Amino acid sequence: MGKDVLLIEDEPNIIEAIRFILSRDGWSVYTHSDGQTAFDKVLQTRPDVIILDVMLPGKSGFDILRDIRADASTADLPVLMLTAKGQTKDRELATQIGVSQFMTKPFSNTDILASVRELAAS
Amino acid sequence: MPRSTLTGTRIRERRTVLGLRQAELARSVGISPSYLNLIEHNRRRIGGKLLVDLARLLEVEASALTEGAEAALLESLRDAAIGQVAALREVPRIEEFVGRFPGWAQLLADRHQRVAELERTVELLTDRMTHDPFLSASLHEVLSTVTAIRSTASILAETSDIDPEWQDRFHRNMYDESQRLAEGAQALVAYLDDSGGEAQVRSSPQEEVEAFLSAQGFHVAALERSLPPRIETLISASPELSSSPARDLARRHLERYLRDAKRMPLEAFAKAATAARMDPGVLAQQFGVDLGAVFRRLASLPEGRTDHPVGLVICDGSGTLTFRKPIEGVALPRFGAACPLWPLYQALSRPMAPMRAVIELSGRTPRSFLTYAICQPVQMAEFGGPQILEASMLFMPDTEATPEADVSPVGTSCRICARRECAARREPSILADGF
Repeated sequence: MGKDVLLIEDEPNIIEAIRFILSRDGWSVYTHSDGQTAFDKVLQTRPDVIILDVMLPGKSGFDILRDIRADASTADLPVLMLTAKGQTKDRELATQIGVSQFMTKPFSNTDILASVRELAAS
Repeated sequence: MPRSTLTGTRIRERRTVLGLRQAELARSVGISPSYLNLIEHNRRRIGGKLLVDLARLLEVEASALTEGAEAALLESLRDAAIGQVAALREVPRIEEFVGRFPGWAQLLADRHQRVAELERTVELLTDRMTHDPFLSASLHEVLSTVTAIRSTASILAETSDIDPEWQDRFHRNMYDESQRLAEGAQALVAYLDDSGGEAQVRSSPQEEVEAFLSAQGFHVAALERSLPPRIETLISASPELSSSPARDLARRHLERYLRDAKRMPLEAFAKAATAARMDPGVLAQQFGVDLGAVFRRLASLPEGRTDHPVGLVICDGSGTLTFRKPIEGVALPRFGAACPLWPLYQALSRPMAPMRAVIELSGRTPRSFLTYAICQPVQMAEFGGPQILEASMLFMPDTEATPEADVSPVGTSCRICARRECAARREPSILADGF
């Protein structure tokens, strides 16, 4: 079972909280805050699960997801998307690009943990 | 062209106002009193020489008898009938309605206009909710903060064996985030409070500016003085300009007005305009200014300083009307674009080429207007930058009885235009079956 999570998010306190929860569950958590270089980080770390925020500085989460799905070596990676805008059109767009799961802020810690576990198992 | 069915009523009203007896008036124009009586009760249509004679004796323009003051009201009612099957069927009897129930007709027209204004306000507000960058950024900020607080709080609440060092850290994070949330929420409330005042704006900024200019006959007397007041002072003293976008628009207009006034001082310009018989080309040469500026200056002359009323429309490169000064007999569309056949739009496709054309506006009593149009850059173009063009069209009643072959037929706006065979039509007219 995979144990590496890459968290792409720019809010330091959200990063800290998610890192804490996942670490206690036994995951190695890598974090990245810049949209521009996020995909390079994906290639570099080769995580088992990616948690991706939509609103990132430099590049939107949707564009990063497109890059991930377009590259054969990362196309099958499970991606959980986080967004503050829980609007249907965002959800539709993410589904269309090929998101694995979608979660709206503010989420609960239990939900995040359950989603990551489920994605890693699939 | 059929004459308005209310012509007789207006003749009768006017005669009564002047205290003329029916028999007396009939004799003066060489018809029998009973025939005049039939005319006055709208039982006989009149036109031609008889109409002109009657108008002369009644001391009014012939068009005032045929078109009357109801032209705008009729236009408005026809517009209101769009899409209303039952009302459309009765459009041919619209004059009868206006004639018999002027009060109700006015009420209906006013309500119709109000509905259009409110619809626009709703559109503006919806637009603002979905596209307002501040609102969207603030909400995102609040949600991010709430997310961080929720996650951190649940860690503190649910983790019994938490390391004291981590505990401290999370407490501090929570404190920071809660502070941020409080500020974000306050900013949001302040913003909504603020915009509450602006949301009461009943119409678009353009309409506010128009109301402001219209109230002074499009002539800003204060700016004609040798030591004009500050534009800012002028704007803040005007209750019509209630929203900040309207004040911005007004400021831009007045700054340009002031520049034009300096280059073409009122007294000299008004005299020259009369001497040149209002020909903008001659005036542009004489004052060494561009045609657009002459158009604006002519349209800003006070009433009484021009031989006849002067109207002006200006549009940007997209064809959107950015300035409207109407004159009697020319109904300018309130929303949306005008007739694509207007010389204004013809000029837009031929930048820098001045155009002079006589147009005939479709309508019950078609009227001819002399127009001048020019399309020119708004400012000196920079290399590489976008070129911003603006077209202006000046219009005034055609007093020279231009031969029919030289008159271009145009409309106001497709929906209320009766010209059937029109290649430029973009949507069907509600007057499809004519009058």
